[in-house]
Amino acid sequence: MSTIAERAAIRRRIQAVGLWLATFLLMVIMCLPGLWVVLAAFRPNREILAKPPIWVPQQLTLNNFAKIFGFGSDQVGIPVLAYFTNSMVIAMTSTVIALVIGVGGGYAFARFRFRFKNGLFLGLMLFRAVPGIALSLPIFMLWSRIGLIDAQLGLIIVYVSLNVPFTIWLIDGFFRQIPISLSEAAQVDGCTRWQAFWKIEFPLARSGIAAAGVFAFLTSWNEFALASQLTRTTDSKTLPVGLMDFTAQFTIDWAGMCAMAVIIIVPALILTFLVQKHLISGLTFGGVKG
Amino acid sequence: MTPFLLLLPAILTMLFVVALPLIFSFYTSMTSYRLTRPETIEDFIWFRNYIRLFENPDFWRAFLRTIVFLAIALNAELLLGLGIALLINKITWGQRTLRTIMMFPMMFSPILVGFQFKFIFNDNIGILNNALQSLGLTTQAIPWLVDAKLAMFSIIFAEVWMSTSVFAILLLAGLFAMPRDPIEAAKVDGCNSWQVFRHITLPFLMPFVFIAMTIRSLDVARAYDIVAIMTGGGPAGRTELLWTMIARVGYDNARMGQANAMAYLSTILSIAFTYYFYTKLVAARRYMGGAE
Repeated sequence: MSTIAERAAIRRRIQAVGLWLATFLLMVIMCLPGLWVVLAAFRPNREILAKPPIWVPQQLTLNNFAKIFGFGSDQVGIPVLAYFTNSMVIAMTSTVIALVIGVGGGYAFARFRFRFKNGLFLGLMLFRAVPGIALSLPIFMLWSRIGLIDAQLGLIIVYVSLNVPFTIWLIDGFFRQIPISLSEAAQVDGCTRWQAFWKIEFPLARSGIAAAGVFAFLTSWNEFALASQLTRTTDSKTLPVGLMDFTAQFTIDWAGMCAMAVIIIVPALILTFLVQKHLISGLTFGGVKG
Repeated sequence: MTPFLLLLPAILTMLFVVALPLIFSFYTSMTSYRLTRPETIEDFIWFRNYIRLFENPDFWRAFLRTIVFLAIALNAELLLGLGIALLINKITWGQRTLRTIMMFPMMFSPILVGFQFKFIFNDNIGILNNALQSLGLTTQAIPWLVDAKLAMFSIIFAEVWMSTSVFAILLLAGLFAMPRDPIEAAKVDGCNSWQVFRHITLPFLMPFVFIAMTIRSLDVARAYDIVAIMTGGGPAGRTELLWTMIARVGYDNARMGQANAMAYLSTILSIAFTYYFYTKLVAARRYMGGAE
Protein backbone atom coordinates (compact mmCIF):
# COMPACT_ATOMS: atom_id res chain seq x y z
CA MET A 1 0.00 0.00 0.00
CA SER A 2 1.50 3.28 -1.01
CA THR A 3 0.59 6.52 0.66
CA ILE A 4 -0.44 9.63 -1.24
CA ALA A 5 2.95 11.21 -0.54
CA GLU A 6 4.76 8.21 -2.04
CA ARG A 7 2.60 8.25 -5.12
CA ALA A 8 3.27 11.97 -5.62
CA ALA A 9 6.99 11.29 -5.32
CA ILE A 10 6.79 8.55 -7.95
CA ARG A 11 4.83 10.82 -10.28
CA ARG A 12 7.44 13.55 -9.88
CA ARG A 13 10.20 11.09 -10.67
CA ILE A 14 8.40 9.88 -13.80
CA GLN A 15 7.96 13.49 -14.87
CA ALA A 16 11.67 14.16 -14.37
CA VAL A 17 12.66 11.12 -16.42
CA GLY A 18 10.21 12.10 -19.15
CA LEU A 19 11.59 15.62 -19.26
CA TRP A 20 15.12 14.27 -19.47
CA LEU A 21 14.22 11.86 -22.26
CA ALA A 22 12.48 14.62 -24.23
CA THR A 23 15.51 16.88 -23.95
CA PHE A 24 17.86 14.07 -24.84
CA LEU A 25 15.82 13.26 -27.95
CA LEU A 26 15.91 16.93 -28.94
CA MET A 27 19.70 16.92 -28.63
CA VAL A 28 19.95 13.76 -30.75
CA ILE A 29 17.84 15.42 -33.44
CA MET A 30 20.16 18.43 -33.26
CA CYS A 31 23.27 16.30 -33.65
CA LEU A 32 21.91 13.80 -36.16
CA PRO A 33 22.64 15.80 -39.35
CA GLY A 34 26.28 16.23 -38.33
CA LEU A 35 26.66 12.63 -37.24
CA TRP A 36 25.17 11.40 -40.53
CA VAL A 37 27.87 13.29 -42.44
CA VAL A 38 30.59 11.87 -40.17
CA LEU A 39 29.25 8.35 -40.69
CA ALA A 40 29.10 8.83 -44.47
CA ALA A 41 32.77 9.85 -44.44
CA PHE A 42 33.64 6.27 -43.46
CA ARG A 43 31.35 4.58 -46.00
CA PRO A 44 32.20 3.74 -49.61
CA ASN A 45 30.55 5.97 -52.21
CA ARG A 46 28.50 3.15 -53.71
CA GLU A 47 26.88 2.48 -50.33
CA ILE A 48 25.90 6.16 -50.03
CA LEU A 49 24.44 6.16 -53.53
CA ALA A 50 22.67 2.80 -53.17
CA LYS A 51 19.00 2.52 -54.12
CA PRO A 52 17.15 1.26 -52.13
CA PRO A 53 19.14 2.95 -49.35
CA ILE A 54 21.38 0.93 -47.06
CA TRP A 55 20.57 2.14 -43.54
CA VAL A 56 22.98 0.05 -41.49
CA PRO A 57 26.54 0.46 -42.81
CA GLN A 58 27.79 -2.82 -44.30
CA GLN A 59 31.42 -1.81 -44.30
CA LEU A 60 33.41 1.04 -42.81
CA THR A 61 36.55 2.22 -44.54
CA LEU A 62 39.26 4.86 -44.33
CA ASN A 63 39.55 4.88 -48.12
CA ASN A 64 37.82 8.25 -48.52
CA PHE A 65 40.47 9.91 -46.38
CA ALA A 66 43.32 8.10 -48.15
CA LYS A 67 41.83 9.18 -51.48
CA ILE A 68 41.52 12.89 -50.78
CA PHE A 69 45.01 12.96 -49.28
CA GLY A 70 46.31 11.39 -52.49
CA PHE A 71 47.27 7.91 -51.25
CA GLY A 72 46.42 4.76 -53.17
CA SER A 73 45.66 4.24 -56.83
CA ASP A 74 42.35 6.03 -57.29
CA GLN A 75 43.23 9.57 -56.23
CA VAL A 76 40.99 12.57 -56.25
CA GLY A 77 42.57 15.58 -57.90
CA ILE A 78 41.99 17.86 -54.95
CA PRO A 79 45.07 18.90 -52.93
CA VAL A 80 43.50 18.68 -49.48
CA LEU A 81 46.87 18.57 -47.72
CA ALA A 82 47.86 21.93 -49.18
CA TYR A 83 44.48 23.42 -48.21
CA PHE A 84 44.88 22.07 -44.69
CA THR A 85 48.34 23.61 -44.33
CA ASN A 86 47.09 26.96 -45.67
CA SER A 87 44.13 26.93 -43.28
CA MET A 88 46.38 26.14 -40.32
CA VAL A 89 49.01 28.76 -41.13
CA ILE A 90 46.47 31.49 -41.88
CA ALA A 91 44.23 30.76 -38.88
CA MET A 92 47.12 30.42 -36.40
CA THR A 93 48.98 33.54 -37.52
CA SER A 94 45.90 35.75 -37.64
CA THR A 95 44.81 34.47 -34.22
CA VAL A 96 48.15 35.24 -32.58
CA ILE A 97 48.25 38.76 -34.04
CA ALA A 98 44.60 39.42 -33.14
CA LEU A 99 45.26 38.25 -29.57
CA VAL A 100 48.24 40.58 -29.12
CA ILE A 101 46.18 43.51 -30.40
CA GLY A 102 43.11 42.34 -28.46
CA VAL A 103 44.87 41.98 -25.09
CA GLY A 104 46.10 45.57 -25.36
CA GLY A 105 42.72 46.88 -26.43
CA GLY A 106 40.74 44.78 -23.96
CA TYR A 107 42.96 45.90 -21.08
CA ALA A 108 42.52 49.52 -22.11
CA PHE A 109 38.72 49.20 -22.10
CA ALA A 110 38.66 47.27 -18.82
CA ARG A 111 41.03 49.37 -16.74
CA PHE A 112 41.04 52.94 -18.04
CA ARG A 113 38.56 55.77 -18.28
CA PHE A 114 39.06 57.93 -21.31
CA ARG A 115 37.16 60.16 -23.68
CA PHE A 116 35.08 58.56 -26.44
CA LYS A 117 35.39 55.19 -24.66
CA ASN A 118 31.85 54.00 -25.40
CA GLY A 119 31.87 55.46 -28.87
CA LEU A 120 35.14 53.74 -29.69
CA PHE A 121 33.88 50.41 -28.44
CA LEU A 122 30.68 50.72 -30.46
CA GLY A 123 32.70 51.80 -33.50
CA LEU A 124 34.84 48.66 -33.32
CA MET A 125 31.74 46.49 -33.09
CA LEU A 126 30.06 48.21 -36.03
CA PHE A 127 33.13 47.65 -38.20
CA ARG A 128 32.80 43.96 -37.43
CA ALA A 129 29.23 44.04 -38.71
CA VAL A 130 30.25 44.73 -42.32
CA PRO A 131 29.19 41.63 -44.30
CA GLY A 132 32.16 39.57 -45.49
CA ILE A 133 31.04 39.53 -49.11
CA ALA A 134 30.52 43.32 -49.12
CA LEU A 135 33.99 43.89 -47.66
CA SER A 136 35.49 41.44 -50.14
CA LEU A 137 34.78 43.75 -53.13
CA PRO A 138 37.05 46.70 -52.18
CA ILE A 139 39.62 44.36 -50.60
CA PHE A 140 39.69 42.36 -53.83
CA MET A 141 40.29 45.54 -55.87
CA LEU A 142 42.96 46.85 -53.47
CA TRP A 143 44.73 43.54 -52.97
CA SER A 144 44.99 42.90 -56.70
CA ARG A 145 46.73 46.27 -57.04
CA ILE A 146 49.35 45.46 -54.39
CA GLY A 147 49.74 41.77 -55.21
CA LEU A 148 48.07 40.26 -52.16
CA ILE A 149 45.52 38.18 -54.10
CA ASP A 150 46.17 34.46 -53.71
CA ALA A 151 48.70 35.08 -50.94
CA GLN A 152 48.48 33.80 -47.37
CA LEU A 153 49.47 37.24 -46.10
CA GLY A 154 46.48 38.83 -47.82
CA LEU A 155 44.03 36.62 -45.94
CA ILE A 156 45.93 36.92 -42.66
CA ILE A 157 45.62 40.72 -42.71
CA VAL A 158 41.89 40.52 -43.39
CA TYR A 159 41.28 37.92 -40.67
CA VAL A 160 43.16 39.96 -38.08
CA SER A 161 40.75 42.83 -38.70
CA LEU A 162 37.77 40.45 -38.53
CA ASN A 163 38.91 39.11 -35.18
CA VAL A 164 40.13 42.23 -33.38
CA PRO A 165 36.71 43.67 -32.36
CA PHE A 166 35.35 40.46 -30.90
CA THR A 167 38.63 39.56 -29.21
CA ILE A 168 38.55 42.96 -27.51
CA TRP A 169 34.93 42.41 -26.40
CA LEU A 170 35.80 39.02 -24.84
CA ILE A 171 39.11 39.99 -23.25
CA ASP A 172 37.63 43.22 -21.86
CA GLY A 173 35.05 41.05 -20.08
CA PHE A 174 37.69 38.69 -18.67
CA PHE A 175 39.87 41.49 -17.30
CA ARG A 176 36.86 43.09 -15.63
CA GLN A 177 36.11 39.87 -13.76
CA ILE A 178 39.48 40.29 -11.99
CA PRO A 179 39.20 42.64 -8.98
CA ILE A 180 41.17 45.81 -9.63
CA SER A 181 42.35 45.71 -5.98
CA LEU A 182 44.77 42.87 -6.77
CA SER A 183 46.74 45.02 -9.19
CA GLU A 184 46.55 48.00 -6.83
CA ALA A 185 47.90 45.93 -3.92
CA ALA A 186 50.82 44.77 -6.05
CA GLN A 187 51.57 48.36 -6.99
CA VAL A 188 51.54 49.41 -3.35
CA ASP A 189 54.09 46.63 -2.72
CA GLY A 190 56.40 48.19 -5.30
CA CYS A 191 55.44 46.63 -8.63
CA THR A 192 55.11 48.89 -11.62
CA ARG A 193 51.78 48.78 -13.41
CA TRP A 194 53.46 46.79 -16.19
CA GLN A 195 54.81 44.21 -13.71
CA ALA A 196 51.44 43.99 -11.96
CA PHE A 197 49.83 43.27 -15.31
CA TRP A 198 52.25 40.47 -16.21
CA LYS A 199 52.53 38.91 -12.76
CA ILE A 200 48.90 39.12 -11.64
CA GLU A 201 46.26 40.15 -14.13
CA PHE A 202 47.55 38.34 -17.21
CA PRO A 203 47.92 34.93 -15.49
CA LEU A 204 44.43 35.27 -13.99
CA ALA A 205 42.89 36.13 -17.37
CA ARG A 206 44.91 33.47 -19.18
CA SER A 207 42.16 30.89 -19.66
CA GLY A 208 39.79 33.62 -20.83
CA ILE A 209 42.36 34.88 -23.31
CA ALA A 210 42.77 31.31 -24.53
CA ALA A 211 39.00 31.13 -25.08
CA ALA A 212 39.12 34.36 -27.07
CA GLY A 213 41.95 32.83 -29.09
CA VAL A 214 39.92 29.75 -29.87
CA PHE A 215 37.03 31.94 -30.98
CA ALA A 216 39.33 33.90 -33.28
CA PHE A 217 40.89 30.72 -34.63
CA LEU A 218 37.46 29.27 -35.44
CA THR A 219 36.35 32.47 -37.20
CA SER A 220 39.39 32.29 -39.49
CA TRP A 221 39.22 28.51 -39.86
CA ASN A 222 35.56 28.60 -40.91
CA GLU A 223 35.51 31.78 -43.02
CA PHE A 224 34.37 31.37 -46.61
CA ALA A 225 32.97 34.56 -48.22
CA LEU A 226 36.26 36.50 -48.25
CA ALA A 227 38.52 33.50 -48.77
CA SER A 228 36.56 32.33 -51.79
CA GLN A 229 37.29 35.60 -53.61
CA LEU A 230 40.81 36.37 -52.36
CA THR A 231 42.35 32.95 -53.06
CA ARG A 232 42.96 31.19 -56.34
CA THR A 233 45.39 28.27 -56.11
CA THR A 234 47.03 25.91 -53.65
CA ASP A 235 49.23 28.85 -52.61
CA SER A 236 46.53 30.19 -50.34
CA LYS A 237 43.23 28.29 -50.73
CA THR A 238 41.75 27.25 -47.40
CA LEU A 239 39.69 24.18 -46.55
CA PRO A 240 36.21 25.78 -46.78
CA VAL A 241 37.04 27.10 -50.27
CA GLY A 242 38.51 23.73 -51.19
CA LEU A 243 35.25 22.02 -50.26
CA MET A 244 33.62 23.84 -53.18
CA ASP A 245 36.13 22.17 -55.56
CA PHE A 246 34.07 19.02 -55.27
CA THR A 247 30.88 20.66 -56.50
CA ALA A 248 32.64 22.04 -59.58
CA GLN A 249 33.07 18.51 -60.88
CA PHE A 250 30.43 16.91 -63.06
CA THR A 251 29.46 14.24 -60.55
CA ILE A 252 29.61 15.04 -56.87
CA ASP A 253 31.95 12.82 -54.85
CA TRP A 254 29.78 12.71 -51.71
CA ALA A 255 32.05 10.37 -49.76
CA GLY A 256 35.08 12.57 -50.49
CA MET A 257 33.21 15.70 -49.46
CA CYS A 258 32.06 14.07 -46.22
CA ALA A 259 35.65 13.04 -45.46
CA MET A 260 36.80 16.61 -46.04
CA ALA A 261 33.98 17.88 -43.82
CA VAL A 262 35.29 15.65 -41.03
CA ILE A 263 38.78 17.09 -41.50
CA ILE A 264 37.36 20.61 -41.13
CA ILE A 265 35.20 19.87 -38.10
CA VAL A 266 37.58 17.80 -35.94
CA PRO A 267 40.02 20.59 -34.96
CA ALA A 268 37.05 22.89 -34.30
CA LEU A 269 35.39 20.27 -32.07
CA ILE A 270 38.51 19.65 -29.99
CA LEU A 271 39.28 23.34 -29.48
CA THR A 272 35.72 24.31 -28.55
CA PHE A 273 35.35 21.54 -25.97
CA LEU A 274 38.59 22.61 -24.34
CA VAL A 275 37.43 26.16 -23.65
CA GLN A 276 33.63 25.98 -23.74
CA LYS A 277 33.15 27.09 -20.12
CA HIS A 278 35.24 30.24 -20.52
CA LEU A 279 33.71 31.01 -23.87
CA ILE A 280 30.18 31.14 -22.46
CA SER A 281 31.16 33.20 -19.41
CA GLY A 282 33.15 35.60 -21.59
CA LEU A 283 30.31 36.16 -24.03
CA THR A 284 27.71 36.82 -21.35
CA PHE A 285 29.78 38.70 -18.79
CA GLY A 286 31.30 41.00 -21.37
CA GLY A 287 27.83 41.88 -22.55
CA VAL A 288 25.82 42.20 -19.35
CA LYS A 289 28.20 44.09 -17.07
CA GLY A 290 28.83 47.11 -19.27
CA MET B 1 47.58 58.67 -23.03
CA THR B 2 48.18 55.01 -22.12
CA PRO B 3 44.74 53.69 -23.16
CA PHE B 4 45.09 55.26 -26.61
CA LEU B 5 48.54 53.73 -27.03
CA LEU B 6 47.14 50.34 -26.09
CA LEU B 7 44.27 50.78 -28.52
CA LEU B 8 46.37 52.19 -31.33
CA PRO B 9 47.11 48.83 -33.05
CA ALA B 10 43.42 47.94 -32.99
CA ILE B 11 42.37 51.33 -34.35
CA LEU B 12 45.01 51.26 -37.08
CA THR B 13 44.04 47.74 -38.15
CA MET B 14 40.39 48.67 -38.44
CA LEU B 15 41.19 51.89 -40.28
CA PHE B 16 43.41 50.28 -42.87
CA VAL B 17 41.63 46.99 -43.41
CA VAL B 18 37.99 48.06 -43.02
CA ALA B 19 37.48 51.84 -43.08
CA LEU B 20 39.80 52.60 -45.98
CA PRO B 21 38.40 49.82 -48.21
CA LEU B 22 34.89 51.01 -47.38
CA ILE B 23 35.75 54.52 -48.58
CA PHE B 24 37.23 53.04 -51.73
CA SER B 25 34.11 50.92 -52.11
CA PHE B 26 31.94 54.03 -51.84
CA TYR B 27 33.95 55.75 -54.54
CA THR B 28 33.75 52.70 -56.81
CA SER B 29 30.00 52.50 -56.28
CA MET B 30 29.79 55.84 -58.11
CA THR B 31 31.76 54.69 -61.14
CA SER B 32 30.83 52.36 -63.97
CA TYR B 33 33.82 50.15 -63.10
CA ARG B 34 33.94 46.78 -64.85
CA LEU B 35 36.69 44.27 -64.02
CA THR B 36 37.14 43.53 -67.71
CA ARG B 37 37.80 47.19 -68.57
CA PRO B 38 40.14 48.64 -65.90
CA GLU B 39 40.04 52.20 -67.27
CA THR B 40 36.31 52.48 -66.40
CA ILE B 41 37.22 53.02 -62.73
CA GLU B 42 37.74 56.68 -63.61
CA ASP B 43 34.32 56.95 -65.23
CA PHE B 44 32.49 58.84 -62.46
CA ILE B 45 28.71 58.63 -62.77
CA TRP B 46 27.52 59.94 -59.38
CA PHE B 47 24.56 58.00 -58.03
CA ARG B 48 23.47 56.34 -61.27
CA ASN B 49 24.37 52.86 -59.94
CA TYR B 50 22.07 53.39 -56.98
CA ILE B 51 19.26 54.70 -59.17
CA ARG B 52 19.64 51.70 -61.46
CA LEU B 53 19.43 49.40 -58.46
CA PHE B 54 16.23 51.01 -57.23
CA GLU B 55 14.72 50.54 -60.67
CA ASN B 56 15.76 46.90 -60.85
CA PRO B 57 12.97 44.51 -59.77
CA ASP B 58 15.52 41.69 -59.27
CA PHE B 59 17.28 43.78 -56.66
CA TRP B 60 14.04 44.48 -54.79
CA ARG B 61 13.07 40.82 -54.89
CA ALA B 62 16.46 39.79 -53.42
CA PHE B 63 16.24 42.62 -50.88
CA LEU B 64 12.77 41.67 -49.67
CA ARG B 65 13.71 37.99 -49.65
CA THR B 66 16.69 38.80 -47.42
CA ILE B 67 14.48 40.73 -44.99
CA VAL B 68 11.89 37.95 -44.85
CA PHE B 69 14.64 35.35 -44.51
CA LEU B 70 16.20 37.19 -41.56
CA ALA B 71 12.84 37.85 -39.90
CA ILE B 72 11.80 34.20 -40.04
CA ALA B 73 15.22 32.76 -39.18
CA LEU B 74 16.00 35.08 -36.26
CA ASN B 75 12.56 34.70 -34.67
CA ALA B 76 12.65 30.94 -35.03
CA GLU B 77 16.15 30.84 -33.54
CA LEU B 78 15.12 33.01 -30.60
CA LEU B 79 11.97 31.02 -29.82
CA LEU B 80 13.62 27.61 -30.23
CA GLY B 81 16.67 28.74 -28.27
CA LEU B 82 14.47 30.02 -25.46
CA GLY B 83 12.52 26.75 -25.41
CA ILE B 84 15.66 24.64 -25.28
CA ALA B 85 17.21 26.83 -22.57
CA LEU B 86 14.09 26.57 -20.39
CA LEU B 87 14.00 22.81 -20.90
CA ILE B 88 17.64 22.28 -19.96
CA ASN B 89 17.33 24.66 -17.01
CA LYS B 90 14.66 22.36 -15.54
CA ILE B 91 16.83 19.29 -15.78
CA THR B 92 18.92 18.49 -12.75
CA TRP B 93 20.90 15.47 -13.90
CA GLY B 94 23.39 15.62 -16.79
CA GLN B 95 22.85 19.33 -17.39
CA ARG B 96 26.45 19.99 -18.35
CA THR B 97 26.55 17.11 -20.81
CA LEU B 98 23.41 18.40 -22.49
CA ARG B 99 24.88 21.88 -22.70
CA THR B 100 28.02 20.48 -24.31
CA ILE B 101 26.00 18.53 -26.86
CA MET B 102 24.00 21.68 -27.56
CA MET B 103 27.17 23.52 -28.58
CA PHE B 104 27.75 21.02 -31.39
CA PRO B 105 26.20 23.09 -34.23
CA MET B 106 28.10 26.20 -33.09
CA MET B 107 31.42 24.71 -34.20
CA PHE B 108 30.26 24.03 -37.73
CA SER B 109 31.52 26.38 -40.36
CA PRO B 110 28.56 27.79 -42.34
CA ILE B 111 29.91 26.19 -45.48
CA LEU B 112 29.80 22.82 -43.69
CA VAL B 113 26.25 23.43 -42.51
CA GLY B 114 25.29 24.18 -46.10
CA PHE B 115 27.05 21.08 -47.39
CA GLN B 116 25.52 18.90 -44.69
CA PHE B 117 21.99 19.95 -45.59
CA LYS B 118 22.74 19.76 -49.30
CA PHE B 119 23.59 16.12 -48.56
CA ILE B 120 20.52 15.54 -46.39
CA PHE B 121 18.02 17.36 -48.63
CA ASN B 122 19.40 15.84 -51.87
CA ASP B 123 16.36 14.56 -53.76
CA ASN B 124 18.05 11.37 -54.94
CA ILE B 125 20.38 10.13 -52.20
CA GLY B 126 19.48 12.39 -49.26
CA ILE B 127 18.57 10.72 -45.97
CA LEU B 128 15.36 12.76 -45.75
CA ASN B 129 13.82 11.51 -48.99
CA ASN B 130 15.16 8.01 -48.33
CA ALA B 131 13.48 8.01 -44.92
CA LEU B 132 10.20 9.40 -46.29
CA GLN B 133 10.16 6.78 -49.04
CA SER B 134 11.10 3.90 -46.74
CA LEU B 135 8.31 4.90 -44.36
CA GLY B 136 5.94 4.96 -47.32
CA LEU B 137 5.00 8.59 -46.79
CA THR B 138 5.74 9.47 -50.39
CA THR B 139 6.50 7.52 -53.54
CA GLN B 140 8.34 10.14 -55.55
CA ALA B 141 11.47 12.05 -54.69
CA ILE B 142 10.61 15.46 -53.23
CA PRO B 143 12.80 18.12 -54.93
CA TRP B 144 13.85 19.93 -51.73
CA LEU B 145 16.56 22.03 -53.35
CA VAL B 146 15.07 22.34 -56.83
CA ASP B 147 11.59 23.67 -56.10
CA ALA B 148 11.80 27.39 -55.28
CA LYS B 149 9.62 27.35 -52.12
CA LEU B 150 11.10 24.14 -50.75
CA ALA B 151 14.64 25.38 -51.44
CA MET B 152 13.98 28.54 -49.43
CA PHE B 153 12.57 26.40 -46.62
CA SER B 154 15.66 24.16 -46.70
CA ILE B 155 17.97 27.16 -46.50
CA ILE B 156 16.08 28.63 -43.56
CA PHE B 157 16.13 25.22 -41.89
CA ALA B 158 19.92 25.04 -42.25
CA GLU B 159 20.32 28.59 -40.95
CA VAL B 160 18.12 27.89 -37.92
CA TRP B 161 19.97 24.65 -37.19
CA MET B 162 23.27 26.51 -37.25
CA SER B 163 22.40 29.44 -35.01
CA THR B 164 19.73 28.26 -32.55
CA SER B 165 22.39 27.04 -30.14
CA VAL B 166 23.91 30.53 -29.86
CA PHE B 167 20.61 31.75 -28.44
CA ALA B 168 20.14 28.64 -26.31
CA ILE B 169 23.62 28.87 -24.76
CA LEU B 170 23.39 32.58 -23.93
CA LEU B 171 19.81 32.38 -22.59
CA LEU B 172 20.77 29.36 -20.50
CA ALA B 173 23.65 31.36 -19.02
CA GLY B 174 21.05 34.01 -18.17
CA LEU B 175 18.79 31.48 -16.48
CA PHE B 176 21.74 30.16 -14.44
CA ALA B 177 22.54 33.69 -13.27
CA MET B 178 18.97 34.36 -12.21
CA PRO B 179 18.27 34.82 -8.48
CA ARG B 180 15.82 32.25 -7.05
CA ASP B 181 14.19 34.50 -4.41
CA PRO B 182 11.82 36.53 -6.61
CA ILE B 183 10.46 33.35 -8.18
CA GLU B 184 9.88 31.70 -4.80
CA ALA B 185 8.23 34.86 -3.50
CA ALA B 186 5.94 35.10 -6.53
CA LYS B 187 4.93 31.45 -6.12
CA VAL B 188 4.13 31.99 -2.44
CA ASP B 189 2.00 34.96 -3.48
CA GLY B 190 0.04 32.65 -5.78
CA CYS B 191 1.41 33.33 -9.25
CA ASN B 192 1.08 30.46 -11.69
CA SER B 193 4.05 29.37 -13.74
CA TRP B 194 3.02 31.41 -16.80
CA GLN B 195 2.80 34.58 -14.71
CA VAL B 196 6.20 33.86 -13.15
CA PHE B 197 7.68 33.39 -16.61
CA ARG B 198 5.99 36.46 -18.10
CA HIS B 199 6.69 38.92 -15.29
CA ILE B 200 9.93 37.70 -13.69
CA THR B 201 11.91 35.31 -15.88
CA LEU B 202 11.39 37.07 -19.20
CA PRO B 203 12.28 40.63 -18.06
CA PHE B 204 15.40 39.24 -16.41
CA LEU B 205 16.36 37.43 -19.61
CA MET B 206 15.93 40.45 -21.89
CA PRO B 207 19.55 41.69 -21.65
CA PHE B 208 20.66 38.19 -22.59
CA VAL B 209 18.30 38.22 -25.56
CA PHE B 210 19.90 41.49 -26.67
CA ILE B 211 23.43 40.09 -26.23
CA ALA B 212 22.49 37.12 -28.37
CA MET B 213 20.87 39.40 -30.97
CA THR B 214 23.92 41.72 -31.01
CA ILE B 215 26.30 38.79 -31.45
CA ARG B 216 24.09 37.29 -34.13
CA SER B 217 23.70 40.61 -35.93
CA LEU B 218 27.49 40.71 -36.40
CA ASP B 219 27.43 37.68 -38.67
CA VAL B 220 23.98 37.43 -40.28
CA ALA B 221 25.73 37.62 -43.65
CA ARG B 222 27.18 34.17 -43.01
CA ALA B 223 23.97 32.95 -44.65
CA TYR B 224 25.81 33.75 -47.88
CA ASP B 225 28.00 30.68 -47.39
CA ILE B 226 24.99 28.42 -46.84
CA VAL B 227 23.17 29.63 -49.95
CA ALA B 228 26.37 29.56 -52.03
CA ILE B 229 26.88 25.85 -51.49
CA MET B 230 23.25 24.69 -51.20
CA THR B 231 21.62 26.31 -54.22
CA GLY B 232 23.97 29.01 -55.51
CA GLY B 233 20.96 31.35 -55.52
CA GLY B 234 18.98 29.11 -57.84
CA PRO B 235 16.63 27.76 -59.10
CA ALA B 236 16.43 30.72 -61.52
CA GLY B 237 17.41 33.20 -58.81
CA ARG B 238 14.55 32.21 -56.54
CA THR B 239 16.76 31.81 -53.44
CA GLU B 240 18.93 34.80 -54.27
CA LEU B 241 19.74 36.89 -51.19
CA LEU B 242 21.31 40.34 -51.22
CA TRP B 243 24.72 38.82 -50.47
CA THR B 244 24.72 36.19 -53.23
CA MET B 245 23.55 38.88 -55.66
CA ILE B 246 26.56 41.05 -54.74
CA ALA B 247 28.91 38.15 -55.51
CA ARG B 248 27.18 37.33 -58.79
CA VAL B 249 27.08 40.89 -60.14
CA GLY B 250 30.58 41.76 -58.89
CA TYR B 251 32.63 38.69 -59.67
CA ASP B 252 30.66 36.61 -62.18
CA ASN B 253 29.36 39.54 -64.26
CA ALA B 254 32.45 41.70 -63.46
CA ARG B 255 30.22 44.76 -62.88
CA MET B 256 32.10 46.08 -59.86
CA GLY B 257 30.52 49.54 -59.77
CA GLN B 258 27.02 48.14 -59.51
CA ALA B 259 28.09 45.46 -57.03
CA ASN B 260 29.76 48.02 -54.78
CA ALA B 261 26.58 50.07 -54.68
CA MET B 262 24.72 46.98 -53.52
CA ALA B 263 27.46 46.08 -51.05
CA TYR B 264 27.22 49.57 -49.60
CA LEU B 265 23.50 49.23 -49.02
CA SER B 266 23.96 45.83 -47.38
CA THR B 267 26.70 47.25 -45.17
CA ILE B 268 24.48 50.10 -43.99
CA LEU B 269 21.70 47.60 -43.34
CA SER B 270 23.96 45.37 -41.21
CA ILE B 271 25.41 48.26 -39.28
CA ALA B 272 21.96 49.67 -38.53
CA PHE B 273 20.84 46.25 -37.34
CA THR B 274 23.83 45.86 -34.99
CA TYR B 275 23.50 49.45 -33.76
CA TYR B 276 19.83 48.92 -32.93
CA PHE B 277 20.42 45.85 -30.79
CA TYR B 278 23.53 47.30 -29.19
CA THR B 279 21.61 50.38 -27.98
CA LYS B 280 18.85 48.05 -26.73
CA LEU B 281 21.51 46.12 -24.83
CA VAL B 282 22.93 49.27 -23.26
CA ALA B 283 19.43 50.41 -22.25
CA ALA B 284 18.59 47.03 -20.71
CA ARG B 285 21.90 47.07 -18.85
CA ARG B 286 21.15 50.48 -17.38
CA TYR B 287 17.70 49.23 -16.35
CA MET B 288 19.31 46.30 -14.55
CA GLY B 289 21.73 48.63 -12.81
CA GLY B 290 24.70 46.78 -14.21
CA ALA B 291 26.34 49.87 -15.69
CA GLU B 292 29.38 51.26 -13.98
